[in-house]
Amino acid sequence: MSPDTATVDRETQTAIDIDRTKGDFSFPENHKYDAGVGLTKNTVDYISDVKNDPDWVRAFRHKGLETFFDKPMPTHWATEDLENIDFDKIRYYLSDGQKPKRSWDDVPPEVLETFERLGVPEQERAFLAGVEAQYDSEAAYSNVKEELEKDGVIFVNSTEGLKEHEEIFRPWFGKVIPTGDNKFSALNSAVFSGGSFIYIPKGLKVKHPLQAYFRINSENFGQFERTLIIADEGAEVMYMEGCTAPKFETATLHSAVVELVAMKGAKIQYVTVQNWSSNVFNLVTKRGLAHEDAEVRWIDCNIGSRLTMKYPGVVMKGERARGEVISIALANSGQHQDTGAKMIHAANNTTSNVVSKSISVGEGRATYRGQVHIPKRLKGCKNNTECDALMINANSKTDTYPAITVRGNQHVTQHEASVSQVSEEMLFYMQQRGISEAAAMSLAVNGFINDLVSEFPMEYSVELKRLIELEMEGSVG
Amino acid sequence: MAQSSILESTPETPTQFPTWFSEQQQQAWADFQSLPMPSRGDEVWRFGNLKQLDFSEFTEKETSDIHFQIPSLPDGVICLPLEDALQSHSDLVQEHFMKSETRLGSAKFTALHKAKVKSGLFVYVPDGVKVADPIEVSHVLSGAHQTIFPHTLIVTGKNAEVSVIDRFSSANEDDAGLCIAVNDLIAGDGSKLTYCTIQELNTSSRMIQVNVTNVGRDAHATAFITNTGAQWARNESVSMMTGEGAHSDMLSCSIPSGTQQYDQRTYQHHASPHTNSDLLYKNTLYDTSKTVFSGLILVDEGAHYTDAYQTCRNLLMEDTTEANSMPGLEINADQVKCSHGSTSASISDEEIYYLCARGIPPQQARRLIANGFSTEVVERLRNEKLEEIVLQAIERKFALV
Repeated sequence: MSPDTATVDRETQTAIDIDRTKGDFSFPENHKYDAGVGLTKNTVDYISDVKNDPDWVRAFRHKGLETFFDKPMPTHWATEDLENIDFDKIRYYLSDGQKPKRSWDDVPPEVLETFERLGVPEQERAFLAGVEAQYDSEAAYSNVKEELEKDGVIFVNSTEGLKEHEEIFRPWFGKVIPTGDNKFSALNSAVFSGGSFIYIPKGLKVKHPLQAYFRINSENFGQFERTLIIADEGAEVMYMEGCTAPKFETATLHSAVVELVAMKGAKIQYVTVQNWSSNVFNLVTKRGLAHEDAEVRWIDCNIGSRLTMKYPGVVMKGERARGEVISIALANSGQHQDTGAKMIHAANNTTSNVVSKSISVGEGRATYRGQVHIPKRLKGCKNNTECDALMINANSKTDTYPAITVRGNQHVTQHEASVSQVSEEMLFYMQQRGISEAAAMSLAVNGFINDLVSEFPMEYSVELKRLIELEMEGSVG
Repeated sequence: MAQSSILESTPETPTQFPTWFSEQQQQAWADFQSLPMPSRGDEVWRFGNLKQLDFSEFTEKETSDIHFQIPSLPDGVICLPLEDALQSHSDLVQEHFMKSETRLGSAKFTALHKAKVKSGLFVYVPDGVKVADPIEVSHVLSGAHQTIFPHTLIVTGKNAEVSVIDRFSSANEDDAGLCIAVNDLIAGDGSKLTYCTIQELNTSSRMIQVNVTNVGRDAHATAFITNTGAQWARNESVSMMTGEGAHSDMLSCSIPSGTQQYDQRTYQHHASPHTNSDLLYKNTLYDTSKTVFSGLILVDEGAHYTDAYQTCRNLLMEDTTEANSMPGLEINADQVKCSHGSTSASISDEEIYYLCARGIPPQQARRLIANGFSTEVVERLRNEKLEEIVLQAIERKFALV
């Protein structure tokens, strides 16, 4: 590397630098509606009252609550750390009571400041097709660009979606991920608020990605957003979510449910860049349903959190449907990234691909947990799963637990995993050329995930590389 | 005289056996009764067939039918039926007998085995002694709903070498039998221990085999499992690399057909640095057969410079077969090279076409390819005599399907 390019790189880096300390703050809490701590039927009713839910939504929430109480913690396969979640100390609903805003001018200044610090650049807003920015659990700002509205795109929060567009969203709401899917999807069904409900009409290819920025801002306050994206026949959309959270001392729970429905020939890409602070339990259920010739792609990056359990899934229901999960996880000390993918083949000639790369730093633990299921009487299903783990320090931990079921002989599945560390030779080679050990390590790690990072949209991939560099700081030497 | 079920009859340790042994059997019986039955939620029984675990109609076989084929042995080697060894080498047996906990789900049944075991094989090879030819043991199941509890205990001293074959077969095609076998392999420092199971029970019988291998410093252990028989067979194999430089090969070749089901769980435990293990399990599935493979590589903290590999390959010969694979890794150390892989596929049309073009009929072509698929793992035994014996068993199976 010549000195010139090195300077340029440094400049570029400064330019894209994210000051992470900006995430370490919180504003005085000022909430009009507060469901209090703990979870009872009254909490759920309170949320329903505030949101003025239709009766069927209220009933849905009640059922969710019952299921949540019935279901045991999945600790027979998951980490015991789940037992440390104290459901009685969590606030299930907070809202400033303001209606979602349509223009940036109406957004309260302190909220605006939060977004500023989160790094939603002003000039970028014009490019962002619609910004669904979530402050605490209620969308404080929602802006759908006029042209999208003209095209018939619906981009609203969950409350509005279920109330105003019941005929579109109700048929699929809770259908991809049933309430009883797991304990946390049941919890979400009971207390959900916020999130995005999106409908893309037939044949429309949305040019710009739709984005949602959200964050947790109240101590002991869990976010339970609910997202449902429906891409009608032949439609295409990319949705991006990113999150940061201020650091609090007590554990916070985040438990979202994201459902995607890709009708015949549609394509949905869902991009997540997650950077929770290391006290957050992030237990998310994400699943897509792909009809004939449709494609669902999950592009996922998990950094931070105390425990993340997230296994984006695709149910390939129609012939030739495609499912894909691209995932990067970085676990630092005190963090456990338990991520993976779930591929359910339910029609002939369906194909799925899972590429997962994880990095364990310090005492971090990264886990890949996957399921591939090809039932009887199907033909021509293909699955490819690759998971690679990189371990940086002597105390780093990594696990892989895939489960592959194949019935019938007209399919091809392959699973491969490797675990490695940055080789001494590689570091030596770089150090010999004047690169410090830490920088060499950082380069090697970025090289490890580089081919996956390029799958992310431009602005995210830049941010991502920077975030990973920051996480790597101080891990060597 | 109507015998009571193995689940109810208290064990009666023959009086000539040492006291420690009868005490352990009583304790094991208490353990068996208190341990819970595996249930659906148990991760180690995921995809498993719990219905096969109803053993209430099985009774204990009074006398076990074991045949030993013992080659000429160098001086100092002890190779005795377990019941004899218990009397003549009580201390030596006690030192190694069932010391490890059962980690892969069948704790209840190993307790039952421990409570009931009366026969088996005990091999002790002293330091530096090499046994050239394999020791062969045949266990024959006969009589309806009869159970045997064969035990194999092999201990090698420093730099010793030995190979043992355990064969399991049925006296006839109809009697539903049950075999709950446990084998402990203790490979001393620098030794070479090869153990090979050939399971050819009739298709009404069931089998649980729990294998624990302890590999000492610079030792090399190989455990090979051949499954061609039984209605349902479950193999649980644990390999513990306890000394630096330990090497363990875990191999298996299974050819289920009809409605046969094989459920295999493995555990490669690297407890010391600079150890390596290599696992290759191959299944060739016919008809409506089903296999489950669940493997785990565990690298302990501090077990740096571990090389561990784990591969499960399924060849699906028919559209009605089912293969489940769960290859797992748990790595807690640095400077580790680990990989696992699992594939499931059928024979491609091109391969058949290639052979057909050379005048080989399709049926035979499929057979040849399946045979080649199995042979690859057999060759890993690197012991011609054992390879031949295993290949014969495989041939017998291919002749039937």
